[in-house]
Amino acid sequence: MRFVDEYRDAEKARALSAKITSLCEPGRAYKFMEVCGGHTHTIYKHGLEDYLPEAVTLVHGPGCPVCVIPMGRVDDAIHIAEQPDVVMTSFGDMMRVPGGRGSFFDSMAQGAEIRMVYSPLDALKVARQNPDKHVVFMAIGFETTAPSTAMTVLRAEAERIGNFSVFCNHVTIIPAIKAILDSPDLRLDGFIGPGHVSTIIGCRPYEFIARDYGKPLVVAGFEPLDILQSIYMLLVQLAEGRSEVENQYARVVPWAGNLKALTVINEVMELRPYFEWRGLGFISHSALSVREKYAAYDAERIFEIPGGRVADPKACQCGEVLKGVLKPWECKVFGTACTPETPIGTCMVSSEGACAAYYNFGRFSRERVREATR
Amino acid sequence: MCLGIPGEIVEILPDRTDLAKVDVSGVRRAINVGLLENERLQPGDWILIHVGFALSKIDEDEARAALDFLEGIGQAYDDELAALRDSSIDRG
Repeated sequence: MRFVDEYRDAEKARALSAKITSLCEPGRAYKFMEVCGGHTHTIYKHGLEDYLPEAVTLVHGPGCPVCVIPMGRVDDAIHIAEQPDVVMTSFGDMMRVPGGRGSFFDSMAQGAEIRMVYSPLDALKVARQNPDKHVVFMAIGFETTAPSTAMTVLRAEAERIGNFSVFCNHVTIIPAIKAILDSPDLRLDGFIGPGHVSTIIGCRPYEFIARDYGKPLVVAGFEPLDILQSIYMLLVQLAEGRSEVENQYARVVPWAGNLKALTVINEVMELRPYFEWRGLGFISHSALSVREKYAAYDAERIFEIPGGRVADPKACQCGEVLKGVLKPWECKVFGTACTPETPIGTCMVSSEGACAAYYNFGRFSRERVREATR
Repeated sequence: MCLGIPGEIVEILPDRTDLAKVDVSGVRRAINVGLLENERLQPGDWILIHVGFALSKIDEDEARAALDFLEGIGQAYDDELAALRDSSIDRG
């Protein structure tokens, strides 16, 4: 096993690594999914797989909000951006995500006005400053981000701003986890639960995973030691025959979540009957739309939306990567036709995407290990 | 946009109690604290910030550990700070 010495807690990591190894039953293999893209980033950046015994495999999940946006929705957003007197606003992460007809950046080059913003409140400010334009915010993200969009809609209403709307692509994490649990492709032993999503939804929504599916879940922080500690906690549960929801990140995540944030989401948004996820297909009740009460701020009601479905490029295997069936380097186009500079698939675009994280960090350590064992 | 970053409250804005002036690795910006209205935030408190909103109150030790970690991850954190620097939700 190779130990990276680039971070301060290598000593503690080694101790945890030994405890993890001692908990593995001989002959048994363990597969844990880290749901959140932030965790995937930490795992590759710090070479955490090198701290784990061979019996433990980490599988990357669908928790990167940029990665799960299907190509058709990108095309819809570009269609809105191309309408006269429209300014589209978006987080920087979305700018290079390819749709069927190119990305936001491509659309800008063809004359659409698209601006990068840090916060939906910055998008609202663009609306305030451009009363003769209609400003649309490309809203993406899990429950971590949805309250910010909802708060911004409420603010727009309070200020009676009439030229602002959101194109709502917010998704919810629980139905995606359920889809993965119900998928026949994958046998998992437990979950490393998302950190920031859980600051909003709390730990209770995960209880069905432990109760109905018999899989332990540990909500985890983002530092390397947090993730190793969570893997250790999962293995302790399995060794003791328990399946429960535990909170390793209690210093940030309250068990009950953030009630005000949940209330605000519920005021402004409602569950869609279904929504398409890149790679996972249509999942029931897995995304949010703006409630009719706030129709004046809903880009889907204001603009004609083409709503076309665009199949992912044949060569792209983001779907398998997002479901954890394939590791990034097992994709046919990984690192050749698909790189962070010219991404084919979404997993290569966002820095939280499994492919980009592996491309930027993981492949080097893997190559080193391969050389060392040659 | 996916990062949650810690910041220290410098000032609660007198005319807008849902906004606080926050210091994030030396960048001072207005952050919306409306999701933490029951926390009675004060200058010196640390919060976890995501896309211009405070999601939770955290203690100083956690904030410092998280900052060390974020400063170590490089590009993604630099990008986030650059985006925050361009943000000005309290003006205009």
